[in-house]
Amino acid sequence: MPPRTPRPDPFPGYGARTRRRAGRDRSRWHWLLAVPVVFPLLTPLYDRAEPQLWGIPFFYWVQLVGIVLTMVTTALVYQLTRVRD
Amino acid sequence: MHVLAGHRIEFTVFAAVLALVVMLGFWAARWRRPQDMHSLEEWGLGGRAFGNWVTWFLLGGDIYTAYTLVAVPALVYGIGAVGFFAVPFAVLTTPLVYLLVTRAWSVAHVHGFVTPAEFVRARFGSRSLAGMVAVTGLVATMPYVALQLVGLSVVLATMGITGDWPLVAAFTLLAACTFRSGLRAPALMSIVKDLLLLWTVLAAMLVIAMTPRGLANAFRTAKEHFDLTPNSGDGLLLGSANHLSYATLAVGSALAMFAYPHVLTGVLAARNRATLQRNMAALPVYTIALGLIALLGYVALSKGVVPLDGDLNTVVPMLFHQVFPDWFAGIALAAIGVGALVPAAVMSIAAGNLYTRSIYREYLRPHATPAQEARVSRYASLGVKLGAVGCILLLDPQFAVDLQLIGGVIVLQTVPAVGLGLFTAWFHRRALLAGLVAGLLTGLVMLYQIPQLGADGRTVVRAHFGGSAWPLSHLGLPTDAAVYVGVLALVVNLAVAVAVTPLLRRRGVPSGPDVTHPEDYTADEGDPALHRMTELVDGDAGLPTHAR
Repeated sequence: MPPRTPRPDPFPGYGARTRRRAGRDRSRWHWLLAVPVVFPLLTPLYDRAEPQLWGIPFFYWVQLVGIVLTMVTTALVYQLTRVRD
Repeated sequence: MHVLAGHRIEFTVFAAVLALVVMLGFWAARWRRPQDMHSLEEWGLGGRAFGNWVTWFLLGGDIYTAYTLVAVPALVYGIGAVGFFAVPFAVLTTPLVYLLVTRAWSVAHVHGFVTPAEFVRARFGSRSLAGMVAVTGLVATMPYVALQLVGLSVVLATMGITGDWPLVAAFTLLAACTFRSGLRAPALMSIVKDLLLLWTVLAAMLVIAMTPRGLANAFRTAKEHFDLTPNSGDGLLLGSANHLSYATLAVGSALAMFAYPHVLTGVLAARNRATLQRNMAALPVYTIALGLIALLGYVALSKGVVPLDGDLNTVVPMLFHQVFPDWFAGIALAAIGVGALVPAAVMSIAAGNLYTRSIYREYLRPHATPAQEARVSRYASLGVKLGAVGCILLLDPQFAVDLQLIGGVIVLQTVPAVGLGLFTAWFHRRALLAGLVAGLLTGLVMLYQIPQLGADGRTVVRAHFGGSAWPLSHLGLPTDAAVYVGVLALVVNLAVAVAVTPLLRRRGVPSGPDVTHPEDYTADEGDPALHRMTELVDGDAGLPTHAR
């Protein structure tokens, strides 16, 4: 690891809240974000026409549903890792 | 004016909306008026104080550009399923960028960074690595600005306006209002853009809903159309040959999104971490709009829309002409027009900031005052816009498209230093530099090897720089699959960086000093460390830590 410029400990610029936040930043809930990352990569699984939805092939509507999935997951991770005051 | 024949009402509405938006851009200088506009924090980042809504509009305007709005449905119209990659790309972007930008925001606020290159300088203590990151970012951003002009000229062409002067006029006005108001101009303009866009998308949905059997019919005609074409690469579905390239293009573009300097500009202007995180979760709403606009490609096919002069990018504007009344089409086209101006402004500001902080102050004038920085950045962003106009007028617009393709690949090569650097300082600065150079070279060579194919999918139209999917058969693999060049180059880049780091450590080559601390990456609004930062910025010692 590279050398780091020394800084007094505890550093006066940060309080207990920052340290709590640092803990939250490493929260395991973040692994949930892997779901919307992996989902779009599984092209062979969703590259199909059936089942259709209102005449829209599976390939298209399932990816539009994927958008909702990514929004819900991200919002969930945000709520679960939030530091409340 | 005879060229406007039949488009008079449309053009009047279009021009009026654009004029209104530009006026708003000028007025933006007074919006949340800072005590002093003459610092880079104020001019180039809007005072780093944008809240939920403004950040939402700005980032949306920044990422979903006019070119995206015309090029994505054009691809869907032309080749079908492959053009839909913009949707999985955005699905992937959200979680990846969520993780990266919150840390980037914190460390940038604590240390006063305005650009990714400054972070690299502080984290790895290397001027040359930071310089390379800055130059890569600049080279990638400039054609992106030019591409917005291509988007604007497509819209103008469908109204019968082909001369150069309207483009020059629009960009001159944009340049003037950005020069005056800085990031506040595109931030305000993006709000109007979104209202126009929402209007357009809803109207387009209405059109689809009103046609008998709507989308189902569009998909059926599109399928019949693709079955008749000789090209095996098109169709309603990807087909196994396209699986890998579709997925890698989505991943590569998502990571590149983070690496583009203009996205970070929008991010750093946010007020606090929560604003950013909430926005990341909500931004995909734009993707739903983009997905629906992409499907307009099929609607255009089923309605028998013929692109103007064979330019596929004109498909959506032509569709608007066909299905909307004139005044309505004028508003819809203005949405695309403003959609070109907003990102062009943010990109040129980002490029200006990059030049100022990582080249001007690093190499030319190390003790520049904040006022000098703001001035240099203003003129640099002006220069970028002029360069973009020149590129379009003097050279072939196709050149801008090619450069943009290359830009996406090369900007991706800064991800190990900028992205992984947010999580670890393990990499040796020289290893990162070697990886970056290796990645850039690999990417360029691979792009050079890709020919552009004609409509039948076989004849070679152009021998080089014709696409970004690199066939794995080049490696002697018995497959017809292809991979996005950017991702392959990034793999080479990372492999070099990982392999060279322990070698340099063993040989005792000193690492650069890391002036950031672990807590800096989670600092938030309200922390004393950030308050001190604000005081430093407001005073005349607004220097990032590494330069103090």
